[in-house]
Amino acid sequence: MTANPSIQDTSSRRTSFLGKGMEVRRGLLAWALIIPITLVHLVVVVGPGISGLYYALTDWSGIGKAEFIGLGNFVELFTEDLNFRAAFRHNLFWMAFFLTVPMIMALSAASLLAQIRRGAMVIRSMFYLPYVLPSIVSAFTWSMLLNPSLGIGAALDKIGIKGLDHPWLGDFRTALASIAFADNWHWWGFLSILFLTAMQSIPVDLYDAAKMDGANRWQQFRNVTLPGIRPTILFMLLMTAIWSFLSFDYVWILTQGGPSGASELVSSHLYKQAFLRFEAGYAAAIGLTVSLMAGCIVGGFTILRRRGWEI
Amino acid sequence: MIHRLFGQRENLAPNYIILGLLCAFAVIPILILGFNSLKSNLELGENSIGFPRQFQWSNYPDAWEQGGFAVTMTNSVIFVVGTVTGVVVLGGMAAYALARLNPRGSNLYMIYMLSLSTIPFWLYAVPLFILWKNLSLLNTRFGLIIIYIALNSPFAIFLLRSFLVKFPPDFEDAARVDGATEMQVLTKVVMPIMWPGLLTVALVVALGVWGEFQIALIFMQEDEKMPLTTSYFNFMRRFSRDWSLTAAGAIMMILPVLIIFMGLQRRFVEGLTQGGLK
Repeated sequence: MTANPSIQDTSSRRTSFLGKGMEVRRGLLAWALIIPITLVHLVVVVGPGISGLYYALTDWSGIGKAEFIGLGNFVELFTEDLNFRAAFRHNLFWMAFFLTVPMIMALSAASLLAQIRRGAMVIRSMFYLPYVLPSIVSAFTWSMLLNPSLGIGAALDKIGIKGLDHPWLGDFRTALASIAFADNWHWWGFLSILFLTAMQSIPVDLYDAAKMDGANRWQQFRNVTLPGIRPTILFMLLMTAIWSFLSFDYVWILTQGGPSGASELVSSHLYKQAFLRFEAGYAAAIGLTVSLMAGCIVGGFTILRRRGWEI
Repeated sequence: MIHRLFGQRENLAPNYIILGLLCAFAVIPILILGFNSLKSNLELGENSIGFPRQFQWSNYPDAWEQGGFAVTMTNSVIFVVGTVTGVVVLGGMAAYALARLNPRGSNLYMIYMLSLSTIPFWLYAVPLFILWKNLSLLNTRFGLIIIYIALNSPFAIFLLRSFLVKFPPDFEDAARVDGATEMQVLTKVVMPIMWPGLLTVALVVALGVWGEFQIALIFMQEDEKMPLTTSYFNFMRRFSRDWSLTAAGAIMMILPVLIIFMGLQRRFVEGLTQGGLK
């Protein structure tokens, strides 16, 4: 090799030359492969997203010319639209519900499930099952089960357990909570599997050490399990907070916001404005407001994290 | 020794009791749905949640007929196949390029994708509706499939890219040394490696599209082109007093899902736990 440096020299120059040509060609090929899906995105999400920012500042029925009215929609939204205010309050309840109830159910289920071996796979699949059903099917099932004359309440009434045959979805005091309950039925099991997967990556040694120190099961949960899956919990709390503003299916299928607006969420209010009343500009303003709220949650989360909060 | 001294066997009975109750909570509603789909309306009136005393199988053909399931199930299959094909092909191409060809700006592109997938649907729902109307894509199968492809592909690209990154590119390099073109490398070498990842993506996307409600509600308003979900919504409201019929319809809708779920449980659980984070 050392005897003939010139040959080595040319060959290396040749590869680098070839390499450069290859690199350019591969770069072109790469973008040729990336562009199609990017175009689809631009047309469906980015373009309409940007034009949504403009339409939010207009009075527009969706047909013809949009009339620019500045912040008029937002003024109306925050000062006059009582339905929006109620819907927003309902969304806060919705968020509080989903930040607590499914979280507690999923954490308890996952930590109990992580300790057992026999039957764990079967239990896992059962927890998972409701999540794979279409929302329309779970919503229909619960509209049946919550029916006052033919549901679970009526059946319990027959065997002497009184008081549960309540029109859960028809009463304005219980409608929203009942819908949240039905939505949670399909959600908590999935969440518990997410937590279980995270728990399984905690080293067993930590539990052994805790047991040696005489920690009981609650102490093990608090001091080993919770810190071990904290990133997953925090991520899911953040995502839940964002998703809670987008929730639509269960409300629309079960009550469409009724009775008399008692279960109206921001999303169902937006849907009515846009597709039943044809207030496209106003609906775009609601959409922008919702997005900004979701953005604020992400922003707040990031700022707290930057400030050194351990989240 | 130490174990014998300190590690007294933990009592797991409370675990099984609580887990059993939670299982009942998860599964019993589905069982009741199945029971009710086999009762006559008369029986439903007095036995609304129990096991059927008499099986009325005719609820199924009746629901199939009256709910127009032949049409809507075909529609749903078209939406699922169209979306899965689009996501797997277009998303797979992009994922391969990002994982292997390392073009300039690929990191920036991933960040763009990530932020894109967090844009709330309601921000662009209205303008997208207007755009689709102007492009005459409203109430067309193609228009709905395009939307589904756009919304499902960020997750597919993330999953497939991270799937590919785990494999060293040695096989592809070997093929190139043997004179294979980039296209041949892609089809002959990369595809077989990517196969399990593609299957997971296909499964998650198919499940999502099969049960999708809100986008179909907005973008597909003609009865004969509706998917199962939104047409079932109308069916359920039309026959709101006839639960045996509507329950049978619901069971027909979830049967394919349940069969696939039983068969491919592992992949389902893996794929959805990753997909749930999209």
